[in-house]
Amino acid sequence: MDLPRLETILSRYEGESADLIPVLQDIQDAYSYLPKEELHVVSERLQVPLTQIYSVATFFKMFSLIPKGKHQIKVCTGTTCHLKGSHRVAESLSHRLGVEVGYTTKDMQFSLDTVGCLGSCAQAPVMMVDDKYFGRTTVDKVPKILKLYK
Amino acid sequence: MPRFESIDHLREYRRQLMAKRDANQPQVLVCAGPGCLPMGSEEVAAAFREELEKNGLAAKVVLKECGCHGLCAGAVRVLIRPQEITYQHVTSEDVPEIVEKTLKEGQVVDRLVYEDLHTQEKAAYKKDIPFFKGQMPIVLRKLDIIDPTSLDDYLALGGYRGLRKALMEMKPDDIIDAIDHSGLRGRGGGGFPTGRKWRICQEVEDEPKFIICNGDEGDPGAFMDRAVMEGDPHAVLEGMIIGAFAIGASKGYIYVRHEYPLAVSRLQLAIEQARESGFLGKNILRSGFDFDIKISRGAGAFVCGEETALIHSMEGNIGEPSPRPPYPAQSGLFGKPTVINNVETWANVPEIINLGADWFANIGTEKSKGTKVFSLVGAVNQTGLVEVPMGTTLRQIVYDLGGGLRQDREFKAVQTGGPSGGCIPAQFLDLPVDYDSLQSVGSIMGSGGMIVMDTSSCMVDVARYFINFLYQESCGKCTPCREGLKQILFILDEIIHGRGQEEHLGLMEELCNAMSAASICGLGKSAVNPIRSTIKYFREEYLAHIRDKKCHALVCRPLLKYTVDPETCTGCLACVRECPVGAISGKKKMAQEIDQELCVKCGLCYEACQFEAVKIE
Repeated sequence: MDLPRLETILSRYEGESADLIPVLQDIQDAYSYLPKEELHVVSERLQVPLTQIYSVATFFKMFSLIPKGKHQIKVCTGTTCHLKGSHRVAESLSHRLGVEVGYTTKDMQFSLDTVGCLGSCAQAPVMMVDDKYFGRTTVDKVPKILKLYK
Repeated sequence: MPRFESIDHLREYRRQLMAKRDANQPQVLVCAGPGCLPMGSEEVAAAFREELEKNGLAAKVVLKECGCHGLCAGAVRVLIRPQEITYQHVTSEDVPEIVEKTLKEGQVVDRLVYEDLHTQEKAAYKKDIPFFKGQMPIVLRKLDIIDPTSLDDYLALGGYRGLRKALMEMKPDDIIDAIDHSGLRGRGGGGFPTGRKWRICQEVEDEPKFIICNGDEGDPGAFMDRAVMEGDPHAVLEGMIIGAFAIGASKGYIYVRHEYPLAVSRLQLAIEQARESGFLGKNILRSGFDFDIKISRGAGAFVCGEETALIHSMEGNIGEPSPRPPYPAQSGLFGKPTVINNVETWANVPEIINLGADWFANIGTEKSKGTKVFSLVGAVNQTGLVEVPMGTTLRQIVYDLGGGLRQDREFKAVQTGGPSGGCIPAQFLDLPVDYDSLQSVGSIMGSGGMIVMDTSSCMVDVARYFINFLYQESCGKCTPCREGLKQILFILDEIIHGRGQEEHLGLMEELCNAMSAASICGLGKSAVNPIRSTIKYFREEYLAHIRDKKCHALVCRPLLKYTVDPETCTGCLACVRECPVGAISGKKKMAQEIDQELCVKCGLCYEACQFEAVKIE
């Protein structure tokens, strides 16, 4: 366990139980998942039982208990994207990466997820790779987008 | 940026700021809003930076990356001031020409201006574009002209004037009276009178009190709040500070979805600027009033848009709602009185205080005052953000502002209110849009998503989409919502697979009655709207799925059949490469064939085919 790294995160907060979600968010951002050993330390420091941490970690979609890939692909499945065929984009990505939605490729390069709405509805279907948005992503654009990250 | 020690200091600073600014200085304003970012606005802005530098214009021309310019259909949009020329579909390749022709020679680049789809008439100036004509921007007013990272820009346009007036000329009671009298109702969906909410909270004798801005815009198809948080963050802060002063709160939180990383960073910067200049922190503008704001990031749960669930998640728990009363205004965050309003509501507050309650109350309908921002998306030509006075009809929004439907297709429905709203059919196009009228036809205002659908959308699929969304997002606490959604989803799946029966429609309505009567929170109570409205207005479509096993809109996969037309197929094999199950076979340069046993009806071949040789029936 990388204790100094975790300490840096914990030192940003006052150590109250209400800090649980922000602390977990910082860990998720830094590690790309919530490692078990780190959660034990969080439980002690914030005086929050591990069961509650597990409950929070599995309730919210942004948390993952298994490591995520280097690049996070999010395909928007908001209403407009749905109407414009975002499921086909997700399927095409899934087919090309050889991984189901919700999982990470074996080489740990890509995680593929769908999200409720990315809020760029006028450019549906929309997808995001890390912090970059891609609008009007038809199936034929998928290989070009993936190439940028390979 | 100085720390403002008094109201006079702020006034003097603004005077000097205005004197320094030349209204005729050329400005290039690149839209970096939710619609333009995915289309490459960063690249366009970078190209301008380089080109201005190259032409020795960097010091002469102001370049800004702004918030949403409204008309997302024309992304990437660029506004050139002071002439107010708007360009659309701008790419970095167009930039040298714009610099050369418009900035150096003062001419309009014709090929980049708006063109009416029907009359082919061109409009270079914002005021001539029909999309902007029927609008009344209050909340969106500053979005296309200010740099959201500049407090000076906000101040130059009268920012923090509302706060100045509130602190200097008004008592907390006067502010609440003004908000009450203005008729402002919550823009997050419920439409509860904002003034009344503030009053309830103010009257509770308990300390400390909290203010929350609900920026958990979870409704799919809605991005108004994202645009405001990213494009005019100080307006949200100013509204919150005024509200805090009115109810006597010392701490505020902005709860933002984690899917909106740019909104988080813009708000964070605005908070730091506001602290530095004395709009937040101890003794704000030397008035003796202390207040500070923190950002709380959501963690990805739709139900957290519900106020009690949001509060529970801010306390470090899972986002489960609790029954009301007590309302958060009486007992909210950590059991303390809490006013929680959505982003657009807060952004309206400074202008109401600044321009007066009467001004605001004169806009809109009898019971719904002011304007409303909608994200107009889907099958319309001119998609984007619109802000119209309450009472504007759906027809005006869809046809006058939105320019009608794409490819002149037939209008089928407009969906408002997200998963808690309903689908409104063509017969109600002349309905004036306000809280009560939308409710009377089985939908809701919601946060302002407005998704236009044409005949290529299947209403059974739309209903299934929303029910599936809510089924995934239901927190599972109460039985009616958890089990009701599961059963309705099961029935819809039966219908979509061609196994539906006519009794299913009555059964779904029965489930809806139980859910709306017995669910704890709004998610379950209003989850019935997509079902009720589609069964009521589009019963024939359900019956076509049930009796004829047909989806006339060609959407419901299990009822479709994909084939290749041997006449048009060129044998390019694009479909073969795309097919995930290897169902397509044939020789190169020969017509292909789809094995119906293997086909999973995903439609990838249909989309991959450049020659329209893949047919659906």
